[in-house]
Amino acid sequence: MSNKYIGQAVTRLDAYDKARGRIKYTDDLCDKSALVIRVLHSTVANGIVKSIDTSEAEKIPGVVRVFTCFDIKEKHYFPTAGHPWSTDPHHQDIADRLIMTDHPLFYGDDIGAVVAEDEVAASKALSILEKSVVYEELPFVLDAQEAMEEGAPLLHEKFPNNVLAHTEIHMGSVEEAIKEPGLIKCEGWYETQPVQHCHIENFICYAYGEGDRTVVVTSTQIPHIVRRVIGQATGMDWGKFRVIKPYVGGGFGNKQDVLYEPLCAWISIQLGGRLVKLDVPREETFICNRIRHAIKYHITSWMRTDGSFAARTFKAWCNNGAYSSHGHAIAAKGLNAFPQLYPCDNIDGETWTVYTNRSVAGAMRGYGMPQASYAFEVHAEDCARAVGMDPLEFRRKNLMPVGYYHAFSKNELYSDTFNQCFDKGAEIIGYYDKVKKYADQTGDIRRGIAASTFWYNTAVYPIALETSSCRIVMNQDGSVQFQLGETEIGQGADTVAAQMIADTVGIPLSMVHPVSCQDTDVTPFGTGVYASRGTYTLGFSVRQTALLLKEKILEAAHQFTRMPVYNLDLVDGKIIRTTDGRELMTIGELALSKLYTTEGSQHLTAESTYQIKSNAYSFGVCFAEVEVDIPMCRVRLLNIVNVHDCGQVINPLLAAGQVHGGQSMGIGYALSEKLLWDEKTGRPLNNNLLDYKMSSFMDHPRLVADFVENYEPTSAYGTKGLGEPPTCPVAPAIRNAIGQATGVYINELPLSPHTLFREFTDAGLINDSFAEE
Amino acid sequence: MYDIKALYEAESVQDAIRLLQEHPEAQILAGGSDVLVQIREGRRAGCEFVSIYMLDELRGISIDEEENIRIGSLTSFSHITKDPIIQKYINVLGEAVDMVGGPQIRAIGTIGGNTCNGVTSADSASTLMAWDAIIELTGPEGVRRVPIKDFYIKAKVVDIKPGEIQTAILIPKESYDNCFGHYIKYSMRNALDIATTGCSVNVRLSEDKKTFERVRIGYGVASPIPVRAPSAEEFINGKEITDQNIKTFAETVLQDINPRNSWRAGRALRRHISVVMAERALRECITLAGGEVNG
Amino acid sequence: MAKQYKVVHCTVNGKEIEQIVDVRSSLTDMLRNDLHLTSVKKGCEVGECGACTVIINGEGFNSCIYLAVWAEGKEIWTLEGLTGPGGELSDIQQAFVDEGAIQCGFCTPGFIMTSWEIVNSGKEYTDDELRKALSGHLCRCTGYENIFRAVKKTMLRHLGKYEEAELVNSQGITEYPEPMPFK
Repeated sequence: MSNKYIGQAVTRLDAYDKARGRIKYTDDLCDKSALVIRVLHSTVANGIVKSIDTSEAEKIPGVVRVFTCFDIKEKHYFPTAGHPWSTDPHHQDIADRLIMTDHPLFYGDDIGAVVAEDEVAASKALSILEKSVVYEELPFVLDAQEAMEEGAPLLHEKFPNNVLAHTEIHMGSVEEAIKEPGLIKCEGWYETQPVQHCHIENFICYAYGEGDRTVVVTSTQIPHIVRRVIGQATGMDWGKFRVIKPYVGGGFGNKQDVLYEPLCAWISIQLGGRLVKLDVPREETFICNRIRHAIKYHITSWMRTDGSFAARTFKAWCNNGAYSSHGHAIAAKGLNAFPQLYPCDNIDGETWTVYTNRSVAGAMRGYGMPQASYAFEVHAEDCARAVGMDPLEFRRKNLMPVGYYHAFSKNELYSDTFNQCFDKGAEIIGYYDKVKKYADQTGDIRRGIAASTFWYNTAVYPIALETSSCRIVMNQDGSVQFQLGETEIGQGADTVAAQMIADTVGIPLSMVHPVSCQDTDVTPFGTGVYASRGTYTLGFSVRQTALLLKEKILEAAHQFTRMPVYNLDLVDGKIIRTTDGRELMTIGELALSKLYTTEGSQHLTAESTYQIKSNAYSFGVCFAEVEVDIPMCRVRLLNIVNVHDCGQVINPLLAAGQVHGGQSMGIGYALSEKLLWDEKTGRPLNNNLLDYKMSSFMDHPRLVADFVENYEPTSAYGTKGLGEPPTCPVAPAIRNAIGQATGVYINELPLSPHTLFREFTDAGLINDSFAEE
Repeated sequence: MYDIKALYEAESVQDAIRLLQEHPEAQILAGGSDVLVQIREGRRAGCEFVSIYMLDELRGISIDEEENIRIGSLTSFSHITKDPIIQKYINVLGEAVDMVGGPQIRAIGTIGGNTCNGVTSADSASTLMAWDAIIELTGPEGVRRVPIKDFYIKAKVVDIKPGEIQTAILIPKESYDNCFGHYIKYSMRNALDIATTGCSVNVRLSEDKKTFERVRIGYGVASPIPVRAPSAEEFINGKEITDQNIKTFAETVLQDINPRNSWRAGRALRRHISVVMAERALRECITLAGGEVNG
Repeated sequence: MAKQYKVVHCTVNGKEIEQIVDVRSSLTDMLRNDLHLTSVKKGCEVGECGACTVIINGEGFNSCIYLAVWAEGKEIWTLEGLTGPGGELSDIQQAFVDEGAIQCGFCTPGFIMTSWEIVNSGKEYTDDELRKALSGHLCRCTGYENIFRAVKKTMLRHLGKYEEAELVNSQGITEYPEPMPFK
């Protein structure tokens, strides 16, 4: 295998068409004759729909049909998580959703739908319909811990106290360990907020009949899973649906759930296969798709005076919203990470995933780890201060050591990643100088610098199935197309796969073409992209399939060159006789000859599946430098540096882009983003891009991304996860830096003016009695 | 596609007035950055509109024969910021409207719309209040002029009579002559945001630059409509430029403002920030006016 | 009430057109549905995300909150119009490609249009001014970093500052002057 393209900053293959504006996303492909679907959402946070009067709405000119929850005659409860299916019922996702429900469990739940000839007719009908719904209103609960109390409204009968799941871990004995004399205790509550993905392309899908099947074109990360879930939701055979995924305008995990594809397909079926489009408005994307879990933590550590841990406890309450979506997986990831990041002999941990009457939480970039990293790394900073150690030295001392082996996942830390990343990041940002410079400041405007790390892994082995399939088809000129179940959603999956194929087969990159848009009728089975698995998992099937193809090519070359296969190689598009390096023929000549030969004509293709039975740690660090204007209660992020070890970097340009995106999402998470609900009504308050404060261009400094490259030994190409990790360490780094600047260490997010005002006032930094009359 | 019952496009100011009289239910549509959004929200869905957006006669900035700065009501924020007259005499207005939303919003948003919607968070409003702007309205009865403090009646209600449109905003010479202003927008992010609170201060210093001859301060989102802080102004006018006077001035604004508690921001935060902004904006004005703080 | 239509005359991407539009249409509707210019994206429909940005008479507007009838007599450019007859990319498009400023690509057309306005203004923007000029667009993929670099480099090249443009690459830490003290 050559290494001509791997490791190079190759331009992403779709960049040219994207720069010309001619890439087609879902809406761009939909025929303008499509009927428009608008979903009727509940305006109560918990209730029973007693009736919906559709007569007035149906009179609006242009309205084709009005559907309500009462039109669902057979209730097929279905799961929505973009998890691989399990044939073991105990490992299947919770099936708790209906296409439309008569028992809405959150403000925004789906209770009906309007189909109209245009969007104006649909929205007129919708506003009339909203007023015609009669509810029996029920009490609701928005907070996870309150939802667990006796007497709290119960969302799902099968889950007493609204606990979707509760798991524990115990190692050694905390009770015994804390008897050791002279221990220093550090304890805190840490709270993270709900946020939304905010991909710029809202979720959209359309459906139409084709023969006796239904085709659904959808903006998704997981086309094959969508097909399965539409089947489950409609009670029809899965093969009755064909799912097509065009280019996607961002997913970030929201599109790793099945969203409105089942409703859209069902409506098309009800209308005899008519073309129907469901384009979710931004306001509904915020509250009727998925959000990030708000998680509350309590962590206690007992340390010796040398800074080592004697015992630790961890508790977390994870607000899952009204339906299970990804279930306990997100909370469990944090619990699982706790004893690994800072190993300690004596640990008690437990976590609850709790149903509440809020929008449904699901997968979002980081999958529970931005939350957990906040708690872990805020706590670690406070532990370091409690024992009087430099926060970086404290981490270096206590973090997972080289050679650490995790028995369940079989993950191993093969390299000195943490120290290497800290060293590199500290040097880039000038950490040690600035720490000194920023010590003991006074005045209104102060600066601070701090760091943070996180725990992450790649893919979902051994918890769930890991499988990847690849097909490569050679053309007459020796160029190839390839197809994968790992979807291109903007992260660059197609490009890195093409680089791998070019190097492994031995042809120029210009001869490698992705079939970018997955179609369940044509694309080999794959579960999509999530869990930072894409590059890692596709690498296995790509390499295996590319080698199969190469073998066929060299066998064909034997036919035309008469040379033994073991003396042949394919390098940069040329068949080479390895014994003397002579070029015998080009791949173009070979492909043409093999196809048109009168003796043994063959279409050169290869296809294979690789089941992955490994996983890999993927770690890194973030350094943040801030300026805090105390009277104004505002933080300005001056510099941010992330350093990651994702193994072999396949494409430095795209990898840096992944880091920048993660940093950016982390900046909003740290400083400004938070979804709000009205406590009295359960109504969402800020579900639009004006009131929800996603950080703007002017809120970003230059973003610095760097890498240490320790070749991952379990990986097909030495690479491992990078999509999600960069988001994880940002918020705690910013929080710790604000603490260094002001001496005020805050344990919640976001660190917005609202929070800073309260905290600075409490700390006496703001002292104006006049603010409160 | 907007849910518009009927759209009447005015071809001149007189035509707009005629259309408004013919269609008394019709609402005025200028740049649309608020109105179109409210149609989509449903608040103004299914209504009739008179579009005045194409009336170029309402665009542009000039100095009229009375030496007023005259800003045509349809002048967009971006054009106000770039205008040499604004930059020379009342640069703070250009700076203030340069903080509205983002560049594309500033290209469509008009100063007339920003005032006629009667919204307290409008970035132009506190500055116009602080510079005693005059609102010019043209209607069936002709032209009338209203001081901006009287133009705002209550939240989202302004003094526009049936058949009238706002045609210009005037800044009298007495108001802008030898004045230096500064606007601070307090918001949750640095772009694409509405003001949590906005504060616009301007000063005219004595010739020796040692005393405040006249200080005016206007606020947005400190009350249901944009307001001045008369107690604070009364305190500082004629006083020497000292640290203590500046601080007292800033704290005195609390006698004049009445911000509300909402999920967007608490009353206590808004009160606190209002004081900080008053002090900082005043200090910036002193610097712009060439003064110094003595003791 | 009967539907109201109007013929709009304008220039789109250098070509004079006459288009019958429903008066309720936004300019986004007209460009996407009637003229098939699908580079104009819908991300929020309220002027917050900037994905639908087009250039009208030299200035960037959110076409979602601009009535199609207002296009009368205007000169409008969309991303399709920046590409040469043979598919050639303009320099700002090429810079977005080269600098990795494109990921999912959904905000890209709007961003390129605003950037095109910036680089053709003949003005040298400071870094802060550049950020402000680009702040009418939201992007969730790139953190704006590579977009910033693409625009800054192209701006400098337009001003003949080729060496400075190359230096923009250096991944560096910004050293800030001491903050101004407020008492």
